[in-house]
Amino acid sequence: MQLENDMAKVTIDGIQIEVPDGTTILNAARMIGPDVAPPTMCYYSKLKTSGGYCRTCLVEVTKGSEKDPRPMPKLVASCRTTVMDGMEVSNNTSAKVKDARAGVVEFLLLNHPLDCPVCDQAGECHLQDLGYEHGNYKTRTDFERRTFDKIDIGDKVQLHMTRCILCYRCVKTAEQITDGRVHGVINRGDHAEISTYVAQAIDNDFSGNVIDVCPVGALTDKTFRFKSRVWFTKPVDAHRSCDTCSGKVVLWYQGEEVLRVTGRKDEWGEVEEFICNTCRFDKKKTSDWTIEGPRKINRHSVIAANHYTNLVKPKEFKLNEIKQITE
Amino acid sequence: MGRKVLLEHINEAGIQGYDVYRSKGGYASVEKALKTMAPDAIVEEVKKSGLRGRGGAGFPTGMKWSFLAKPEGVPRYLVCNADESEPGTFKDRYLMEHIPHLLIEGMITSSFALGANTSYIYIRGEYFYLVRILEKAIAEAYANGWLGKNILGTDYSLDLYVHPGAGAYICGEETALIESLEGKRGNPRIKPPFPAIAGLYGCPTVVNNVETIAAVVPVVNMGGDEYAKIGLGRSAGTKLISASGHIKKPGVYEIEMGITVEEFIYSDEYCGGILNDKKLKAVVAGGSSVPVLPADLILKTANGEPRLMTYESLADGGFATGTMLGSGGFIVMDESTSIVQNLHTFARFYHHESCGQCSPCREGTGWMEKILHKILDGHGTLEDIDLLWDIQRKIEGNTICPLGDAAAWPVASAIRHFRSEFEDFVKNPTAHREVKYYFHCNNLDTAASYSSL
Repeated sequence: MQLENDMAKVTIDGIQIEVPDGTTILNAARMIGPDVAPPTMCYYSKLKTSGGYCRTCLVEVTKGSEKDPRPMPKLVASCRTTVMDGMEVSNNTSAKVKDARAGVVEFLLLNHPLDCPVCDQAGECHLQDLGYEHGNYKTRTDFERRTFDKIDIGDKVQLHMTRCILCYRCVKTAEQITDGRVHGVINRGDHAEISTYVAQAIDNDFSGNVIDVCPVGALTDKTFRFKSRVWFTKPVDAHRSCDTCSGKVVLWYQGEEVLRVTGRKDEWGEVEEFICNTCRFDKKKTSDWTIEGPRKINRHSVIAANHYTNLVKPKEFKLNEIKQITE
Repeated sequence: MGRKVLLEHINEAGIQGYDVYRSKGGYASVEKALKTMAPDAIVEEVKKSGLRGRGGAGFPTGMKWSFLAKPEGVPRYLVCNADESEPGTFKDRYLMEHIPHLLIEGMITSSFALGANTSYIYIRGEYFYLVRILEKAIAEAYANGWLGKNILGTDYSLDLYVHPGAGAYICGEETALIESLEGKRGNPRIKPPFPAIAGLYGCPTVVNNVETIAAVVPVVNMGGDEYAKIGLGRSAGTKLISASGHIKKPGVYEIEMGITVEEFIYSDEYCGGILNDKKLKAVVAGGSSVPVLPADLILKTANGEPRLMTYESLADGGFATGTMLGSGGFIVMDESTSIVQNLHTFARFYHHESCGQCSPCREGTGWMEKILHKILDGHGTLEDIDLLWDIQRKIEGNTICPLGDAAAWPVASAIRHFRSEFEDFVKNPTAHREVKYYFHCNNLDTAASYSSL
């Protein structure tokens, strides 16, 4: 009986689910599955108070609750709005949401350099996925884009603000999992930039996690920069006994060489556990690790394209075949 | 002559100082409240008075006060929002500069009603000279026993502080103001929770505009029912209007709500008509964020009724044909004004003041400014006007705080009511640019010297 009182029935895109009170609409949608879950750029379940900034997860609440069935007047950020019993939410089925989301994608890309061909994040970039799924095929702006100089945050992390979408995830990471916060946002509006306090290096054991939480290529691993494209590398689960973190990581191999080490990301692109800098930057030999086996990667990801079973190689054209096509 | 309750004694010499203010019946509301009324009774009087927030949104103050959570053992705060940054609005400045004790009296009475023992006046950084005036007034209040421990011998104690911001429009948004007051970056918080539940330092907080808090003084003095008789219907009381633009007598006027807009613009008691007796073109009725209305719609509603200076009448017709009373920044534009240039000025302001937290506002405000700049430069196309419309539509309602809406509404209304002017500007920018020089100088000789450059 007690349990029933604490549960709320919520319908998202026509699918009903019962979730504990206090769950956000986004998490309820994620429980249903990836088809109805709104995209997120700033929300990160492992970071407190994250979310609400990017506005990609906007949804339409067509029925407030059983008690108050009025629809909500505006679209709401699903990552910061909790469910009510009897709430009905439209995500993919709402034209209003699709329109607003396309607008948000356009805004996010407005000052984004679109330098994917030289960006290390390409292939695992949330903004690429978002633009592909919800964006327009053509830009409507012909103005010069905002640019910044690259900044080194310590000797292992590089900040390229030009690509940043100001999701605040790294700020929250610095605030919540590292000691002595020296990381924040300076200036305002579209000049706002992520910065360490007067360009001071973040020097602590967990600072490398800002790379993992960055949805775009603004924070990159200097030990990996320009070594390879992510889809040429092969992710392998591994662990080691580490004093500071869980030691559970993914090793990204090219041939026999470990090019980089990252945390393990789940299906929403969020790390399962934060890892320490020693594991991330210093242990790059296979002998440092106990290998668990190949990492499962979503089959839609380009990273999956080069590995594993069901691999369909592109047809190799012979010279005369190509001629036939051009003729 | 309209009734004045806030600026009744404004012309007395020395009203800035404590002695004159006290001799004119100042601090009577504190005496009445602390000695004869219970805190809840004051909230009840404010509810009865129908007083609505004077900062822009017009939310009933008594209702806001009654939402304040009152958990045991947790302090409550009253914060006065003196971050008056809306372009076209300068009423709070006038009030604080000339009659600072009125605000302090209102703060004491309101704090007592809400059970706050520490209250803050958050003032915008640009008003640094007002900080000195207010601090002097606060010191006088302390010296005369109106602030501090056991005020008037009761067991109520109150400390009042003035906190200057660093000059950000966004800090006028109540949650951004609270963040700034806490010493953080002035980013608006995501609501819920509302400040009435978790505000300053996580404690229940009420944030009210300067004028609202000042209006609590007459409400307590004359009683809620009596105050409700001033004004018209649900727009009870008087409102300070900051009149600016092409009028003969710009300044701050206290009006009894319910007079017609036409009377306000043309009567000698108020604005005194349009400067140089030109024709009225448009009015921004409540500070730069509210929709601009052309002359015919500001003087008369879409139904042909005369428009009144009330919350309801100005909002009549929704945003299609109406506007808002907002903060009372009444900007009058005569026939020589270019709406395109005016809109560019507003758009530049919102671009500059966007906090950069959520993407539609951060990127959209800059984009709109760039497009308007392009149009002003003579490179605009007709598609740009549609693009502007589309951008504002995608910002409005999709942001964390109302700054996005505030940036979107002027653009929407300017295009809605003055589309032909935009089209004209795009088709013939040179002609419009010449007009710009002429009217910005207001002087033919200077204009000639510019054009010869």
